[in-house]
Amino acid sequence: MRKDFDVSDCYVQEGKLALPYSYFAGRVGSTFITTLRDQRRILGVRCNTCGKVFVPPRQTCERCMEDIRNNWVTLSNTGEVVNYTVVNYDDRHLPRKAPFILALIRPDGADTPMVHILEGIEGDKVQPGLKVKAVFSEKTTHTILDIDHFEPVA
Amino acid sequence: MNRKVAICAVAQIKNEPDIWYQRFQGMLFDCFESIVQQTGVGFDMEKGIRNVITISDDVFDARTISDNGMTDVVGAHFLGEEKIAQDGLNALGYAMACILSGHDDLILVIGHCKESQAESRNMCTNLAFDPFYCRPVGLDFLNASAFQARAYMARSGVTEAHLAKIVVRSRQNAAKNPYARENPPVTEQEVMASPMLADPIRQLHQYPVTDWAAAMLVCCEERAREFTDTPVWITGFGSCMDSYFLGDRDLAGNFALKNAAERAYARAGITDPKTAFDVVELNDASAYQLPMWAEGVGIADEAGGGAWIDAGGMDRYHVNLSGGMLAGNPVMLGGLARAMEAVLQLQGKAEGRQVEGAKRALAHGTTGPAGQHHAVIILEN
Repeated sequence: MRKDFDVSDCYVQEGKLALPYSYFAGRVGSTFITTLRDQRRILGVRCNTCGKVFVPPRQTCERCMEDIRNNWVTLSNTGEVVNYTVVNYDDRHLPRKAPFILALIRPDGADTPMVHILEGIEGDKVQPGLKVKAVFSEKTTHTILDIDHFEPVA
Repeated sequence: MNRKVAICAVAQIKNEPDIWYQRFQGMLFDCFESIVQQTGVGFDMEKGIRNVITISDDVFDARTISDNGMTDVVGAHFLGEEKIAQDGLNALGYAMACILSGHDDLILVIGHCKESQAESRNMCTNLAFDPFYCRPVGLDFLNASAFQARAYMARSGVTEAHLAKIVVRSRQNAAKNPYARENPPVTEQEVMASPMLADPIRQLHQYPVTDWAAAMLVCCEERAREFTDTPVWITGFGSCMDSYFLGDRDLAGNFALKNAAERAYARAGITDPKTAFDVVELNDASAYQLPMWAEGVGIADEAGGGAWIDAGGMDRYHVNLSGGMLAGNPVMLGGLARAMEAVLQLQGKAEGRQVEGAKRALAHGTTGPAGQHHAVIILEN
């Protein structure tokens, strides 16, 4: 139960954590990101045991435990929306002002969808199965945001 | 399980929106003192607690090694102290393993989280994601849940009207729980008119920002009666971690929860979950999760969450009579709160929400975005 605290003269300290970091993207991640940046191509990796094509790429198939780091596959810059949500709140970590759409988008040629921003369509018009294409950024951030967003295929 | 492990005492403060007037150390110390008063437990190396398991989160506390500022007030000074940075139900599972191994016979589990300290809970959970693929697009636990809610509702027949019913019921139940966060009662219409945060999740579908601390004394079977006349026995525990990327998971499929529940049921000798429990406490951080987790633990039929609610499943299985996490427990402690409620029910101390003659309970916790990790514990008296 709440106690009857005396809060007179009590002080609340305002603070902030803002700490720059340098994150190594890994060898597999580096290839993925530099290929997005320099060639505007989305890469996946294929497990030769189960046949699954993963994006974002990774070094090992989680099911087969096969080393798949060199099994690069160029995916299409088009794909389909598998799931989506209209983000209706604003916050500092979000890449757009609300409202904007986040979608699980499966690039053609991949088995796993990845989360990205969907633009060029109203939220209430989006349906799973919507065909979309990647629009690449003019300036690199060396992240998945080297794809600026996806938009419906005209 | 051949040997049993007992929970001898539980202690908690009230869940509140903003305990700005007390440091987390003070919140913990209130729980610590209650455990000592209830049980008379000591901290000598022969017969006392030699190991304390704490639960806390670096980002929510805004300090790394978040356990290092509280070892004195939880009795761990100059003793063993280990930290769980997952839902507190896993601390209970870990304490059980320490005792079953024979390494310890008495453990204090104690945890806290002050969600109110950070300007934004969603900014904190954005930091749960990697900095290359997921953090830059703004993923947090709220919008990750929205993907799962859409996938699950399409599969299970759960509608917006069902979600409203769950929220209204949670607040009605929480009103009978003196430790629950005090939320104003709402109508189904108010729930369905509350702001849409990330569709299909509305503001009132989501658990509110909450501060809380809680503790449990866990003991081997041989010594349990030294500390209580009403021990509650851990008879099963299981956990499972799903894939990291949301796109790798079947978001509506309950893969990890089914595995966690099966592992716990195998330990406890449970074959039919639909007839096994007098009390079920599920970690519903968002309204859609209550029927989804009910499917995962097997008290609702697969893909039948909507029909299960319509048939009165929530009341028939005594699900979340505490109000659930939806009424308000902080992240990290939602599952521990579920176990706390189950213990009170099995000790006959649940007051206005008591299930008469309750013998066996299930408590469940999740960690990570959209229920990436699940833990299930079976408790009996």
